[in-house]
Amino acid sequence: MSSRIDVSIEHKHAPEPSDSGKRDPNTCPSCGSHYRDDELAENLRVCVHCGYHFQLRARERVRQLADPDTFVEEAADLRSGDPLSFFDLRPYTERLAEAEMSTGLGDAIVVGRTAIDGRPCELSVMDFAFMGGSMGSVVGEKFARACQSATERGVPLVSVTASGGARMQEGILSLMQLPKTICAVEDLHDAGGALISVMAHPTTAGVLASFASLGDVIVAEPGALVSFTGPRVVAQTTREKLPDDFGLSESNYRYGHLDAIVRRAELRDYLARLLRLFGNGAERG
Amino acid sequence: MAPSEAELRLRERLGRLRRMSLLGGARVSRELQRLEGQLERLAEEPTENQIWAQVELARDEDRPYTLDYVERLFEDFVELHGDRSRADDPAMVVGLARFDGRTIALVGNQKGRDVKERTRRNFGMAHPEGYRKAMRVMELAGRHRFPLLSFVDIPGAYPGIAAEQHGQGGAIAHSQARMLRLEVPTVACIIGEGGSGGAIATAVADRVLMQEHAIYSVISPEGGAAILWRDGEEKRKAATAFKPDALHCLELGVIDRIVPEPEGGAQNDYDQAARLLAESIGEALEELQAVPGSELRRRRRERYRNVGVVATA
Repeated sequence: MSSRIDVSIEHKHAPEPSDSGKRDPNTCPSCGSHYRDDELAENLRVCVHCGYHFQLRARERVRQLADPDTFVEEAADLRSGDPLSFFDLRPYTERLAEAEMSTGLGDAIVVGRTAIDGRPCELSVMDFAFMGGSMGSVVGEKFARACQSATERGVPLVSVTASGGARMQEGILSLMQLPKTICAVEDLHDAGGALISVMAHPTTAGVLASFASLGDVIVAEPGALVSFTGPRVVAQTTREKLPDDFGLSESNYRYGHLDAIVRRAELRDYLARLLRLFGNGAERG
Repeated sequence: MAPSEAELRLRERLGRLRRMSLLGGARVSRELQRLEGQLERLAEEPTENQIWAQVELARDEDRPYTLDYVERLFEDFVELHGDRSRADDPAMVVGLARFDGRTIALVGNQKGRDVKERTRRNFGMAHPEGYRKAMRVMELAGRHRFPLLSFVDIPGAYPGIAAEQHGQGGAIAHSQARMLRLEVPTVACIIGEGGSGGAIATAVADRVLMQEHAIYSVISPEGGAAILWRDGEEKRKAATAFKPDALHCLELGVIDRIVPEPEGGAQNDYDQAARLLAESIGEALEELQAVPGSELRRRRRERYRNVGVVATA
């Protein structure tokens, strides 16, 4: 009898790739392992075989980080306007309505007050499923309000980003969300507040070039793309062969742009430790 | 499509209102609607061809660049070099100079004219070292209370390997933060292409001026077309949708003033273009110098804190 373990079983239940060529969301893009929903959820949506970090929806991230029943969402009623009456292949308003229907979110960010391991803080989490986590006026405003709320309560702000950049459908006003969110961080810092920035896959372009890079402490998840311009565009423009880990958190860490790469299983404890340090011995709660 | 006085005034009012719409609530939005209606009756939306003509003018190879204005606007210009850490980026020009009898600090994107110069200046696209060089001069301006002038003319942030490895995203973020922290008058002028993160890095100011035929956009028309239309050839459609021209930027409240250009564009008469630009900069500095530094910073923060259009569900 062979003692060899049959590894093919890991792939047995993987559905065939659909006609559109899209991978099943529960199949690991790195090693091909396939999971049931509950298996993935139990492992914080991390592949147990290769450590690949699947993307997290905002509410799931909040559940993973916040103490149970402490999260109180803020500014949930904000919605995007359509200042440019923007129309590409479809009207912007239609894209917004569809994104809201499919994600159940008002825009690509969720903010609110909460506690992590008993330490009160403000939490801001982006959701890539809502139009690629792009930052328009609503994302900018909600992040700014999170900074304000953190300042008012004298607690640190924990920000988790996942974004393709500025929301092009809002034109130049989306570019203005860079200085806007930076303003909010500057005000927070002036008031003595702290920003802990967690970069999840992907944190790119306008979000990387604004508040995400201004954390007092900046960390990223393993394998996350943390790059102003993505590897595809850089390769096209320069026609050079890119290093294997170009733009990934590992490369950013090596070049000194990150304080740490933190695996999802350790993120909550890591944040709790930082919150204790920034609290500097202040009373719990 | 030279705008009438009335149209310009209307767009300026719209822009100012837009900037306070977050605080103003229903009353402001009614007023906004009323003015938008007026504007619609007064001015027709520019056509695709008209917008594309603006894009081409902004990119005209003969358009004056930062150093052409430096030569005509300033005395005693001393160019400063290096980011004090790694390198000197020729795509970003910084220095001290005298304007109207007072010392100013200057940062500006610089493109090249001939092939050799263009390559040396990296087509005007700074590396992180360039933004860091600019930050060093911003700090210098703050320390010695020199007003800061910024000339913006960059196709976009540079999509290069070293640019990423040296921390382009962080450099652009910190440069904006530095501009929001200054307690001296700051004036930014979009003089050609105001492209994406590369532009905003040095465009966060008390007064943002924009030349009549410059463009200012979140992404280049080509880039936007490739992403949203999945076809880089749709650049004209993208340009029209992004509304990167000065009139729209004024109306959206993103800039404060349109600086007129010589007939047909700045490339036709450098001296006249410089005189017109100097006039607007002079007026802006005059206004700003009467305001205490801490108040300048407070107003600047308030302005950027409130930019954007949101509704409630």
